[in-house]
Amino acid sequence: MAELRILTLIKRVPAPGARINITDDEQFVNTQNLGFTMSPHEECAVEGAVQLIEEHGGESTVLTLGPAEAEEQLRYAASIGINQAVLMDNGGEDWDPQRTAKAIGDAIEQLESESGPFDLILFGNESADSGGFQVGIRVAHRLGRPMVNGIKGIEVHDDKVVAKREVDAGSEVYELPRPAVLGVKEGLNLPRYPTMKGRLASKKVEINAVAPAADAGGQAKVRLLRPVETVSETVILGTDESAAAAVVDLFEELGVL
Amino acid sequence: MSDFPTSAKVVVIGAGIVGNCLVGHLARLGWTDLVLLDKGPLPNPGGSTGHASNFIFPVDHNKEMALLGEQSANQYRGFGLSVDSGGIEVARTQERMDELQRRMTSATAWGIEAHLLTPAEVKEKVPFINEEIILGGFYCPTVSVVDSLETGTTMRKEAIEKAGCQVFANTEVLDLLTEESHVPGQTKIKAVVTDKGTIEADYVVIACGVWSNRIANMAGAYIPLVPAVHQMADVGPMDVLAETNNEIGYPIVRDMDTFCYERQSAGSMEVGSYGHRAILHHPDEIPSNEEAALSPTEMPFTPDDFDDQMETAIELMDMLGEAEIKYAINGLLSLTPDTMPCLGEIPECRNLWSAAAVWVKEGPGMAQVVAEWMTYGYPRVIDVHGADIARFYEEEKTDEHIWARADEHFIKTYGIVHPSEQWEGQRNLTVSPYFSRQEELGAYFFSARTWERPQWYTSNADLVERYGLSERPNEWDNRWWSPITMGEHLNLRENAGMVDLSAFQVYELEGPGAVAYAEYLAVNKVDKPVGSSTYTPWLTPDGGFHSDLTMMRVGEEKIRIVTGVFDGGRDSFWVKKYLPEDGSVTFKDITMETTTLGVWGPNAPKIVGALTDADLSQEGSPYGSLRNVELNGIPCTLFRISYVGDTGWEIYTAWDNGPALWDALMEAGAEHGLRPTGGGVYGTSGRLEKGYRLMGAELESEYNPVEAGLARPKVKAADFIGKEAYLKAREAGAEVAMCTLTVESHTDSNGVERFMQGGNEPILDMDGNRIVDSHGRVSRVTTAGPGPSVGKFLLLAYLPLDKAVIGTDLQVMYMNELFPVKVAAIEGSVFDDDNSRLKA
Repeated sequence: MAELRILTLIKRVPAPGARINITDDEQFVNTQNLGFTMSPHEECAVEGAVQLIEEHGGESTVLTLGPAEAEEQLRYAASIGINQAVLMDNGGEDWDPQRTAKAIGDAIEQLESESGPFDLILFGNESADSGGFQVGIRVAHRLGRPMVNGIKGIEVHDDKVVAKREVDAGSEVYELPRPAVLGVKEGLNLPRYPTMKGRLASKKVEINAVAPAADAGGQAKVRLLRPVETVSETVILGTDESAAAAVVDLFEELGVL
Repeated sequence: MSDFPTSAKVVVIGAGIVGNCLVGHLARLGWTDLVLLDKGPLPNPGGSTGHASNFIFPVDHNKEMALLGEQSANQYRGFGLSVDSGGIEVARTQERMDELQRRMTSATAWGIEAHLLTPAEVKEKVPFINEEIILGGFYCPTVSVVDSLETGTTMRKEAIEKAGCQVFANTEVLDLLTEESHVPGQTKIKAVVTDKGTIEADYVVIACGVWSNRIANMAGAYIPLVPAVHQMADVGPMDVLAETNNEIGYPIVRDMDTFCYERQSAGSMEVGSYGHRAILHHPDEIPSNEEAALSPTEMPFTPDDFDDQMETAIELMDMLGEAEIKYAINGLLSLTPDTMPCLGEIPECRNLWSAAAVWVKEGPGMAQVVAEWMTYGYPRVIDVHGADIARFYEEEKTDEHIWARADEHFIKTYGIVHPSEQWEGQRNLTVSPYFSRQEELGAYFFSARTWERPQWYTSNADLVERYGLSERPNEWDNRWWSPITMGEHLNLRENAGMVDLSAFQVYELEGPGAVAYAEYLAVNKVDKPVGSSTYTPWLTPDGGFHSDLTMMRVGEEKIRIVTGVFDGGRDSFWVKKYLPEDGSVTFKDITMETTTLGVWGPNAPKIVGALTDADLSQEGSPYGSLRNVELNGIPCTLFRISYVGDTGWEIYTAWDNGPALWDALMEAGAEHGLRPTGGGVYGTSGRLEKGYRLMGAELESEYNPVEAGLARPKVKAADFIGKEAYLKAREAGAEVAMCTLTVESHTDSNGVERFMQGGNEPILDMDGNRIVDSHGRVSRVTTAGPGPSVGKFLLLAYLPLDKAVIGTDLQVMYMNELFPVKVAAIEGSVFDDDNSRLKA
């Protein structure tokens, strides 16, 4: 099999675990205390790309559309083995999925015209912040390539890509003609951490800039709202046999007895 | 929350290593009615304790840090929550190897086992190290790894069991309420307002680590510290570490020249750095527990700042390069403007205490210090004048100052810091009225807290030739030093010198109770005729030195207090702390209204006499007396006293008159060889030849006036702080005596003349043994410097009485080499022993 060319798309998002505050005008996330990362799905996509190149040989590229600071996520991908990085700096503006997909689609066409087609393009299943599930399928549609979402297994063959996704009753297996687009899900693999040498090597990876240009799509942000926090309360019903009656009472209250 | 208390004897805010150990120690000392609060959950509320690397290197050049580090290590050991992993500081440069020799010296001083290792010997202990890039290592087998969270939990439980301490996690302090105190400008703590309710408290202790200043500000008080980032990455797994089946199986390595450490943590290695840029945060920038992805003090890692450290770490341990970075943080810790912790009662607010800027390595010991301080009026375990929060002046409490100084010294955390090291930034905060004149004379300024003081004057460079002086051959010994200072000394002894003493801190007590209160503060009698002075210790309640200063009877109801700039904050707070509540005494700081010039030397009477008709003879102006005269028409107070051993005066005048007085004296002194003279003479060589003690060097709370040779023949009738202990000390007699030693040979093993720096170098007997008294106090150099007039290099040290015999041969260790010394004076001087020059 000829050497592969794989493109992985990632998005800079706030690191999970912290309460996300919203600015007073309800238009932006307050980033003061936040660390940044890519979504867990995308980490698996990056790891998947690295593993496929390790297996088949070739070259992997990572691309993001976002603020200049998204270079941090590109270098992270490079630190675990991605070869090339592309930054589409949109000044950190909040672009709708149509606009994003058009800009990324244009950029992919440009990259492919310069260096040849990508055999496989990997997206995360959905972004970790806005969760629109749209950009991947819109890009695939624009490029006229087949796409399956929710993927937790990938095999690349000379003439096809075999992708697997889990469903309630078992799993579905798809065969896609190359070139193909996949939306992968956490669980595809166990992403490695960067090594110190990998981190240092990533500093030397050149970041290619591609200017994004696309008109706004039909979706507009009205405001951001923080979901109501669910406060869970723990009540200790007792620490010895005397707790039994309280347990029974609770079960009755819950209607399970 | 009906069970939330409305009052308590003591509220401790912060349940990290310090707060937990503090309630434990308070309980041990018999305190009850304690409340411990933290805004975070237990056992890890999210402060710096929760992410600390938890290791203790016990050797430190600083006595307070070394002894409290060791004290802390022993407390961790006592709980069985400590493992002696050993630790090695490796050197990549010759300069660092010299520093390791100095570490060996400090290890000997504090009685800590340590060995210098060759690169091959380092490799034997740490097989995965690249021995080819190091020159050697300093190995300390008692370097320990501790469990600070469990220790805190254990101490907290002890406080709960012993003293019924009430503990409230997830309870945030919203405000501190204060009330007026009887001292103007000082409030008194009243209550702690939390989100669960308000607790009225007699004492409140702030042990909030990086948040401490914000909490203190709620009471209008200051704990001058800034949260600063220390980066740490956990990398692994590595088989060689995992195979130890241990949390820590290999010695911790400190890669001193790259400011990094490598500390095994089970199968991984923690790589920590003090080598990155100083990254400082305002407390308001620290996220809440809810807003933090990890914990509030584990801020998002900024990898760009760590890359250089990674490269150097891989150089030292190649295996680190292939290890995965599993976890990396910008961990917050506390930095203060002068590197020392903030302990004790906060001057702005009575009964509000600080136990902050304390790291895990010294937490239990410093908690004990604060508990003892609250119990006994001063700590017993060790003197802590360097960590006393009262040491700071107002200018040192501004964010600008704290940030600038922290920014400057962060990189020195693993740095090689000279005992006389001077600050680069935040200089000229306070200058004397003569500053422009001194600059014109090429004064080389040393900073003394916020003040600038000339250490020597380049304009006196001709004296080096006149007296045939020379630089020191070793760069370290010569650093922050000039032979000009010896020239100024010899000129003062031959002609006269003028010393700017404007940094003196000058206070006045006034009112019907002033004299009685002054008596209560001082060991020696102050109630003497107007125009008299008293040189006197102030004691702690336990009878050790708190202060050493001069008190002057300047009026029937007015006492002036003159103390050194390093002690001003502590001394003024001490005065306010005990100030009578009946309003009979007022306290006033007149430092900035007053300036002082010292003129001493055989020609001093001629020079000063040229400016006045007053009788300046020993009859007209006897030793220790105050006289108000006009010098060239400028109203002055002449105080006949000397800290340098030659006759002369401290001349006090109004600040604004200073420049005219300086000019008049310089003009009158021109024909008598008067030279501006720096602190090198006043603070070191002049006083050393006379054996005069210095607060903070020879005089500390661990020693009493009997031992320091400052006990007068009789004890005054009036009561004073520490009297009972002082009487007992007199009865018991001294076990040690303050001695002057002469260095008999300066030549080291390389044939180079070396000069001790007065940095706690140990005095050893001829068999090379440490000299320790029954209280565990070690004989060490408290001051070192030249004695130009006696042709010897001089050391001051306390020695047990059997060694405190003139002519006794001993040794001093310096840079890990031994030099012969001889006892030359006991509680006396090696120059002009009968003080005939003072009376000239």
